[in-house]
Amino acid sequence: MELVSLGIKSIFIENMIFAYFLGMCSFLAVSKKVSTAVGLGAAVIFVLTITVPVNWLLQEYILKEGALAWMGAGFADINLEFLQFIMFIAIIAAMVQLVEMIIEKFSPALYGSLGIFLPLIAVNCAILGSSLFMVQRDYVLSEATVFGFGSGIGWMLAIVALAAIREKLKYSNVPGGLKGLGITMLITGLMGIAFKSFIGIAI
Amino acid sequence: MSTETLEQKKQEEVVQKPSEALLSKRRKRLISDPLNEDNPITVQVLGICSALAVTVKMEPTLIMSIAVVFVIVFANLIISVLRNLIPNRVRIIVQLAVIATLVTLVSEVLKAYSYDMYKVLGAFVGLIITNCIVMGRLEAFAMGNKPYDSILDGLGSGFGYAWIILTVAFFRELFGSGSIFDFKLFEAVGITNFPTNGLMVDSIGAFMVLGVLIWVQRSKTGYVEH
Repeated sequence: MELVSLGIKSIFIENMIFAYFLGMCSFLAVSKKVSTAVGLGAAVIFVLTITVPVNWLLQEYILKEGALAWMGAGFADINLEFLQFIMFIAIIAAMVQLVEMIIEKFSPALYGSLGIFLPLIAVNCAILGSSLFMVQRDYVLSEATVFGFGSGIGWMLAIVALAAIREKLKYSNVPGGLKGLGITMLITGLMGIAFKSFIGIAI
Repeated sequence: MSTETLEQKKQEEVVQKPSEALLSKRRKRLISDPLNEDNPITVQVLGICSALAVTVKMEPTLIMSIAVVFVIVFANLIISVLRNLIPNRVRIIVQLAVIATLVTLVSEVLKAYSYDMYKVLGAFVGLIITNCIVMGRLEAFAMGNKPYDSILDGLGSGFGYAWIILTVAFFRELFGSGSIFDFKLFEAVGITNFPTNGLMVDSIGAFMVLGVLIWVQRSKTGYVEH
């Protein structure tokens, strides 16, 4: 039950976009059409659900202070935490590459529709951010998995909603300087207010 | 003609060209363009994540700006020096490794000398790695230009990023907390019952302030997105 509540919390209340501004670059750049937004969102969910638990294992059994104790008593007081950033980003880049190859092998149609977005996920802040938050909040493995999955769903929800609004926005008369990024920021702010209504919900 | 003579010819040409002034017109443009007309945040739409997340108060924003300028300048320099040695296929990984090393350096220095700030900035120091401005400059500039030019380009983009996030932070701290650099401005001028605006402290305020800032900046430069 706690896991369900954590999942809902990471989807709505602590939404990656509206609460932490993570993954904003691709959120703004790829939200012009609903269909591509759905594709990118699905890829982000996939990568997040894999990388957060994998990075958890890495942190727990290799990087943390005393984590190398399983290799023998001599390794017990080694602290490799300063390698955290490099290891995490390497895992993410490798996972994205792996996911790309798997999708290309088993579902060429999906691969074709995702196109350039797959490799771009490696530099999506939401992915690295989730791994760093996971460390900060001392999750256990099951919590980390649910958190990764929930964050991905929340991110997809946000980008699909924004893409739908922007498709309709094409027909409105926006002042020149506000076109594009400006009006998108304001809309994101208004959507953020809507998401604020989830605060205080406890399950 | 063999490649050797070609290379010799190239070298002669390089020698014949008079060396460029240390701050020539072209090099000044490298610094000044990203400040306004080609700003990384408001025009190129890069590095938005951290621009919004750390701007609740001026002080962490200033630290963040310094960190980002440092990382961009040195990453640009290192990649530019190595640019002819990096195989094209693995360049993203090499770039990420260089950036991650520099960011680790920044994070360790912060942890050692300013632990409070390190706690406030939290995960966002680590997220400089995925700051698209850094990757973007490496990919678009440092991979094809000489080290000195790359340093100037890094400085330009870094300061372009810094002044935008400092402006956002100024308004958010002023209206959200009624202070500047934790100095209670409104109390100092005698207004004791200034109602602070909770929205500004919240993430929503960041979107709004940046949206309006982009509007003002773009209507000045006349840039219109289609």
